[in-house]
Amino acid sequence: MTAVANPPEEMAKEIGRDRRRKEDQRLITGRTRWTDNLSIPGTLHLAMVRSPVAHATITSIDTTEAAASTNVVAVLTSEDLGESQGVCINAWPITPDQVTPAHLPIANGRVAFAGEIVAVVVARTAAEARDAAELVDVDYEQLPAVLGIKEALKDEVLAHPDLGTNKSALWVFDSEAAGTGGNADDAIAKARTDGIVIEREFRQQRLIPAFMEPRSVVVDPTGEQITVWSATQIPHILRFALAATTGVPESKIRVIAPDVGGGFGGKLQQTPEEMIAFAVARRLSRPVKYTETRSESLVSAHHGRDQWQKLTLSAEKDGTVTGLKVELEADLGAYVAIVGGGVPVLGAFMFNAIYKFPAYHFSCQTVLTNTTWTDAYRGAGRPEATFGIERMMDELAAEMGVDPFVVREKNWIKHEEFPFTTVAGLEYDSGNYEIATAKAKEIFGYDELRAEQKRRRDSGDPVQLGLGVSTFTEMCGLAPSRVLGSLDYGAGGWEHASVRMLATGKVEVITGASAHGQGHETAFSQIVADRLGIPFDDIEVLHGDTQIASKGLDTYGSRSLVVGGEALVRAADKVIEKALPFAAHLLEASVDDVKFHEGRFQVVGTDAGMALTEVATATFTAHNLPDGAEPSIDADATFDPVNFNYPHGTHLCAMEVDTETGAVKMRKYTCVDDIGNIINPLIVSGQVHGGLVQGIAQALWEEAVYDDQGTLVSGSFVDYLLPTAADTISFDVDHTTTPATTNSLGTKGVGEAGTIASTPAVVNAVVDAIRHLGVKDVQMPCTPERVWNAINHGGAGGATEAAAMPHFEPDAEPGTSSTEGAGA
Amino acid sequence: MTRINLTVDGAKVADDVEPRMLLVQYLREKLGKTGTVIGCDTSNCGACTVHLDGTSVKSCNVLAVQADGATVTTIEGLAATYDGGELHPVQESFRECHGLQCGFCTPGMIMQSVALLNDNPTPTEQEIRVGLEGNLCRCTGYHNIVKAVQHASGQASEMHA
Repeated sequence: MTAVANPPEEMAKEIGRDRRRKEDQRLITGRTRWTDNLSIPGTLHLAMVRSPVAHATITSIDTTEAAASTNVVAVLTSEDLGESQGVCINAWPITPDQVTPAHLPIANGRVAFAGEIVAVVVARTAAEARDAAELVDVDYEQLPAVLGIKEALKDEVLAHPDLGTNKSALWVFDSEAAGTGGNADDAIAKARTDGIVIEREFRQQRLIPAFMEPRSVVVDPTGEQITVWSATQIPHILRFALAATTGVPESKIRVIAPDVGGGFGGKLQQTPEEMIAFAVARRLSRPVKYTETRSESLVSAHHGRDQWQKLTLSAEKDGTVTGLKVELEADLGAYVAIVGGGVPVLGAFMFNAIYKFPAYHFSCQTVLTNTTWTDAYRGAGRPEATFGIERMMDELAAEMGVDPFVVREKNWIKHEEFPFTTVAGLEYDSGNYEIATAKAKEIFGYDELRAEQKRRRDSGDPVQLGLGVSTFTEMCGLAPSRVLGSLDYGAGGWEHASVRMLATGKVEVITGASAHGQGHETAFSQIVADRLGIPFDDIEVLHGDTQIASKGLDTYGSRSLVVGGEALVRAADKVIEKALPFAAHLLEASVDDVKFHEGRFQVVGTDAGMALTEVATATFTAHNLPDGAEPSIDADATFDPVNFNYPHGTHLCAMEVDTETGAVKMRKYTCVDDIGNIINPLIVSGQVHGGLVQGIAQALWEEAVYDDQGTLVSGSFVDYLLPTAADTISFDVDHTTTPATTNSLGTKGVGEAGTIASTPAVVNAVVDAIRHLGVKDVQMPCTPERVWNAINHGGAGGATEAAAMPHFEPDAEPGTSSTEGAGA
Repeated sequence: MTRINLTVDGAKVADDVEPRMLLVQYLREKLGKTGTVIGCDTSNCGACTVHLDGTSVKSCNVLAVQADGATVTTIEGLAATYDGGELHPVQESFRECHGLQCGFCTPGMIMQSVALLNDNPTPTEQEIRVGLEGNLCRCTGYHNIVKAVQHASGQASEMHA
């Protein structure tokens, strides 16, 4: 690669430009290929019969009436499909002795959560299938359902009686045992006598990813291969899972993720619905389609978060942190999903965050309950960790009576200390927390707002102002394959790319990442345009089809750019490397005298040269290539990262809290993120805005709530409070840049940053507004009721479900139950 | 089955439909107008928003038979209602301001924005936010959608990241 010149300086650079997206023209005109838009002649439609109860033995299923309905082709149960339905796999058993219930796509004999599929109806139209699904008569003998982590840990009621326990796995990291730090218990014991100990228990409520496009799958078994179109983030992993669990050769399966309408981790799954559609299509030898309703999506697509976090932080009297102990309990739901218990484990390395803790202990106990399964949701483990530590740092500051930045600055890694190996054993390659913080404080007007806060305090204003801080970092860019292997994850973390030089001068770029809104077609075109000196518009990015992008590990964990982008750079560099001797031959020059610059091969010191695209044409004709040369300059590259990737930033939030009503209102939100070098600032800003709102929504609005029977009461968009434009504000988004040192573009992931950082900033602000009233915590979501209760009754506001209109107790009056308590 | 006659995106169409068929199902399944999408089953999300005789409606909340005799404009016919180019200015603004990511809510969001601007050509930020309250987006955090509507109304300054 000696012939590759430094990045061209004269040519207009694509990287860093706020290019409008290539994707948009068809999306804004409705020329879309969502899976549900696809229609193959003769397609049959599926409707799922779902359990209305959380836990029951199925005593009988009578399909007679449904099967006799007009235009119904088949009604099938788990028994009917047998082994052809495959199984839903857990790819990450977090301990060797993890208790993992078998998970059939259709429940056989027993259901373990409300919404689980017990039969599938196949009909000529979706409406007829749904009508007939109502006629399937299932007898359930109800079993007691275990709900909530604390109840599950008692092991009195079992989610799966045959397993004998609800405890799935206990995963532990200890810095003393790992040799990365001291003993956390010793540090805490010491601080109890001559330092500061902060102990808190925080609730990470259960959330629903709620991507806008409901999941849909079409399977066409006609032809030599079975083609699966699915609204998925992971076409490659899905193909592997279909093959591995059904016995159909992988080479006979083609998975296509066409236009996919959002995912946020929620489409990182091998779903029962996909497995069922695959099995039914094979059984009937007909194309089939299944598109879920929103209500089905909310109850059956995986949920996220759902943890209790017991945190103990020790510090010297001057605020220097000495130890951190994290005891997590995480709800897996009824089954261990594809990442499953790996989600909280991804947070294990992040509780210490940007701070220099000398001792750290982490444990996570996962439990099974009779609820919808949980898995990755934007940030996956890292929002939970960031929330925990950023809340604790504010609590430490409050205990000491100092500004939240005082304890952060005292303890964070200083910019001259990078690369820095943390107490959790990770090496942070780059960062500068000082300048990101200084910039954020200036844009936010931190000092002025603190002055206003004091004025309002002093005047006893009923509307108090609170300022929340979150100085976050995260690990993303999943992930070095060896690290994943050491954690017993079932796959690698590499990514693949190909660059095809077409005869007409156009370029096809193939990536194993699978976009669903991120703008890869635009950003990846910018990267290749600069690398090869090819016009942006002459580059076509292809993805999301296992037959076109034959290798890939898909899109999640903010990996597409930092892993997939690096694969792309390497493939592009190989193209230049392969084209160089062809160019030298055609220019009748020595290879040593030819340099590549801005899309051209130039004979040094002469006017002679030719474009890379001309070499591509000459390679196509192959009339005049060096003797014995293989006539191709196309190239592939597979990149396995050596390290994770560590974006960071300082987020500041101002919240107004009406102390008389508990109502909260966001006044201002400023963030300065360091995500390394930026490929497209427009796309980056979009990722940040969207991430912020998802994190803010956790702090203020969203929660998946179950009643005591195990019914999801927030099971539609009427009840699950997704924020609207009217609920949100415009944000101040800015950046500082310390390039990552582990990829050649110097980029860091941005897909999850906003979500990871924003939640604690908001809650810290709410608590800060009312701390002078004796409040130390408000449980999420910080509803007016919880805030009011925290002010008036102490505690964190507690559970509020009981105050809602009861859905299933017609005799009960609304709001009569106590809403006080510690929220357990 | 009931016979309906209507004009959709400039074309006269007629079909026999089941009385229970929703307008959005009619558009998608009978006419192949798959640009209009279904995002929920409780009329909360607004992804299916179209114009019915010039007024924005959630087409999941209208029966196909109720549209008999009406004129319907979907995202696919929107540009043709504006004789200035291949895109309606609101479509162009969504692209210019990066007002979409996955694009699933976008057809409904654009149709509602057009209706909003028809009613109020120079809305304030708060008026835009309230005017789009019935349309959910999970990707953008609404920030750039609001900017796009401001831009389309000629009020926004130069868009930059």
